[in-house]
Amino acid sequence: MSTATAAVQEAPPRQERDSAVIRFAGDSGDGMQLTGSQFTAATALAGNDLATFPDFPAEIRAPAGTTYGVSAFQINFGARNIQTSGDELDALVAMNPAALKVNLEDVKPGGLVIVDTGAFTDKNLRKAGYETSPLDDDSLSNYRVFKVDMSRLTVESVKDFGLSNKEALRSKNLWSLGLVYWLFGRSRAQTVDWLKAKFAKRPEIAASNIAALNAGHAFGETAELPSEVDAVMIPPAEIEPGTYRTLTGTEGIAWGLVAGAHLAELPMVFCGYPITPASALLHTLAPLKAYDVTTFQAEDEIAAVCAAMGASYAGSLGITASSGPGVALKTEALGLAIATELPLVIVNVQRGGPSTGLPTKTEQSDLFQAVWGRNADSPVAVVAANSPGDCFPTAIEAVRLATKYMTPVILLTDGYIANAAEPWKIPDFADFEPFPVTHRTDPEGFQPYLRDEKTLARPWVKPGTPGLEHRIGGIEKDYNSGNISYDADNHQRMTDTRAAKIDGIANDIPEQKIEQGPDKGALLVVGWGSTFGPISRAVAHCLEDGMDVAQVHLRHIWPLPRNLGQVLKSYDRVLVPEMNTGQLKTLLRAQYLVDAEGLNKVSGKPFKISEIEAAIAERFGR
Amino acid sequence: MNVQTPPAALLPKDYASDQEVRWCPGCGDYAILKAVQKTLADIEADRADTVFISGIGCAARFPYYMSTYGFHTIHGRAPAIATGVKLANPDLNVWVVGGDGDGLSIGGNHTMHAIRRNVNLNYLLFNNEIYGLTKGQYSPTSKLGTRSPSTPLGSVDNPVSALSFAMGASARFIARGIDRDQKRLPSIFARAHAHTGCSFVEVIQNCIVYNDGVFEHFTEKEVAADNQVWCEHGEPLRFGKENEKGLRFDPKSFSLEVVTIGEDGVTEDDIQIHDETNRTLGVMLAAMEPPAFPIALGVIYCDPRPSYEGAVVAQNEQAKGRLDGKKPTIDALLRAGHTWTVT
Repeated sequence: MSTATAAVQEAPPRQERDSAVIRFAGDSGDGMQLTGSQFTAATALAGNDLATFPDFPAEIRAPAGTTYGVSAFQINFGARNIQTSGDELDALVAMNPAALKVNLEDVKPGGLVIVDTGAFTDKNLRKAGYETSPLDDDSLSNYRVFKVDMSRLTVESVKDFGLSNKEALRSKNLWSLGLVYWLFGRSRAQTVDWLKAKFAKRPEIAASNIAALNAGHAFGETAELPSEVDAVMIPPAEIEPGTYRTLTGTEGIAWGLVAGAHLAELPMVFCGYPITPASALLHTLAPLKAYDVTTFQAEDEIAAVCAAMGASYAGSLGITASSGPGVALKTEALGLAIATELPLVIVNVQRGGPSTGLPTKTEQSDLFQAVWGRNADSPVAVVAANSPGDCFPTAIEAVRLATKYMTPVILLTDGYIANAAEPWKIPDFADFEPFPVTHRTDPEGFQPYLRDEKTLARPWVKPGTPGLEHRIGGIEKDYNSGNISYDADNHQRMTDTRAAKIDGIANDIPEQKIEQGPDKGALLVVGWGSTFGPISRAVAHCLEDGMDVAQVHLRHIWPLPRNLGQVLKSYDRVLVPEMNTGQLKTLLRAQYLVDAEGLNKVSGKPFKISEIEAAIAERFGR
Repeated sequence: MNVQTPPAALLPKDYASDQEVRWCPGCGDYAILKAVQKTLADIEADRADTVFISGIGCAARFPYYMSTYGFHTIHGRAPAIATGVKLANPDLNVWVVGGDGDGLSIGGNHTMHAIRRNVNLNYLLFNNEIYGLTKGQYSPTSKLGTRSPSTPLGSVDNPVSALSFAMGASARFIARGIDRDQKRLPSIFARAHAHTGCSFVEVIQNCIVYNDGVFEHFTEKEVAADNQVWCEHGEPLRFGKENEKGLRFDPKSFSLEVVTIGEDGVTEDDIQIHDETNRTLGVMLAAMEPPAFPIALGVIYCDPRPSYEGAVVAQNEQAKGRLDGKKPTIDALLRAGHTWTVT
């Protein structure tokens, strides 16, 4: 890479910036997710903090060139702490007219728009709904536009490899990645290594892709770029020392569940059924067989939860995962796990709804489903992760509660957290306190529902244990013996006890902390889940601007932290930003009789920092 | 050296729990319960390793009456729960018990997949052709024209044959018995237990309250011999009061036909020998219905293949074997792939 380094040194000095937001956009077959994840890896290596937002259509190969087939990957990276994937784009790479049309509105005025002119054919323009080419009229006058025929240049760059025109064009994304690497001063080495490893068995494919990558980079170095296109330098962020990796929420949940099972000293049986965006958990766990992980692709969502429950009944840690519609199907089985008081973790990777809704877009609208969405009085514990990195400890917490309290635990994430990646300081596993499970083996005085006085959990007995043979089921059971009981007083007592067991968890979780701001005052912003990033940044800005605002962010949704009522009442007003129409807000109003106000958005996209800032400022009359 | 006295052999009653059985007086389920308890004594089953798993319905109360482990679950889902149990502990001796509504209507999907995956469990489907616990609606196995509270003018939808369904789902073991046949029912259950994979057993069961006598055209003493054929591997498929009838394969129509030895030149040699490993024969026998044919009883098809959970365990063990005895650590998992260090 010495020649590349030399060339950079000769080029005009790079503009130093604090942070930048880039979005790669193209057809869903153009490899934009791959391009984005490579840029992410290179950026993490360059020492920047970052956050990403992959945004892709539900269709696997939507008709090429259409607006609904556009796939995009956004990354915000900087020399400072990055908490969101960014409100507005500093640069957009548009691989065709449809990608330009769909994404242009997110580019900030004066932002850089890089377009592949080779893809701006009459046919593609028509498909995108352009009557005239936006490159030829003044519709892009508010932006700095960099027109380059990437298609032709890519084909030229790989002409020595004897590929067909169509095959050659597949490397277009790497050509564009090479150019963007140059623009932002990123090293190609990581991507070169990755291509060599990925195509180890087809070195000619690796070589042609590397050639395209290098050609894009060289184009940046040597071509006489228009004056409005400037190379940028974003210095490394101040990052806590340690070993890092990029982590998606899917990986965070999967590895957290495995870690939780190890802390509980239990084998795990993970049962899933394909559903977007939760399937990736099954894919991530299936190769981990050596970690005492058994995975099972069931015939449907109901079978998945039932098999998980069967595994828990047999003494393993049963886990199932889905998204809202799938969780709805699991509901009856969840009731059985509540009645038979078996540990079970149900991951819900929330997506837009109702019904099939927006399978690949994010939403937080299953909070009611998690807390209250069952027939009868059927309490479970509910926890929610707030970022990809937070998925790891939150999954461990879900396993801890499920095994300690013999209860189903619903673990909420969403499509944004699941797919987004961030640099993650890898924790030392020795820092996590083990919570080993002891299955009961002593027949002396055994009754299936005889409870632990403190946790109210019943004993967990593995079938196969001599002398403890017993029967459990969904019919109401006698308080101690577990035999069928239709007795009126017994049902009252069992219902009260099931509720008390879950309520008691509040004494076993931390008190709610204030993330930032004063511990009493004018306004408290309360969030949960993936809104953590934008809320944190918005509250920080408002504090800098002198507003009397504080932030809390809930991990434990049910039971709620024992001091939360007190915290809420310490502020004049409470604002709850959520990607739903007001579910946590309603829950807080119901539980604490506080006049919580909602800030609600269900567009399938995360909150922008500016949207939350505006809502806070409005409450201070600004 | 410690001299261990062998544990006293358990009697059928030792497999009964202390719970009062709450089926209707005269229900066929009593007989099946008795036959299962006898089977467990015969095979010297360990109560601690034995698990009965059921769905919802009259039959599904079964686990409460056994002194083994038991899980009374939700409607139709017992095979799915049993699959999870076997994945977690393949050594358990798992029996799934359910009725025709449970296993072929609401739970038909799970029944199909437990069978085709070949989970090593015994599925006892009590078929009384009616919904009993919900007070007598027609079921997916009810004959056309069944009058019930939900079909006052008679049902108009075709019933499913439990064993044909099982064969369609690639069953490797199917058998059929009758509740009142206490002599032969335990032998069928014992064969089901001995078979590795999903053993699917249909038990013809009389519902004395809502569907009484619906099977009497082949179960009553005076008609049984002419309307039942017992399938014994390697033996001719003969039946009839004088054992004079038999099943003959007709290559022209590619089907079985009922013939009488001594009539139309039929000899003993013409009678089809039962081969329980012959899938085509199994499909034909499973579909036979009186009055045109005798109903096939006993082990109709048995051709073992490795079980699902056995294959899963093998893959898990293979993955562990690649580590050369090293225990995989969470620290290693979190550091796999690309990492970098900030100093």
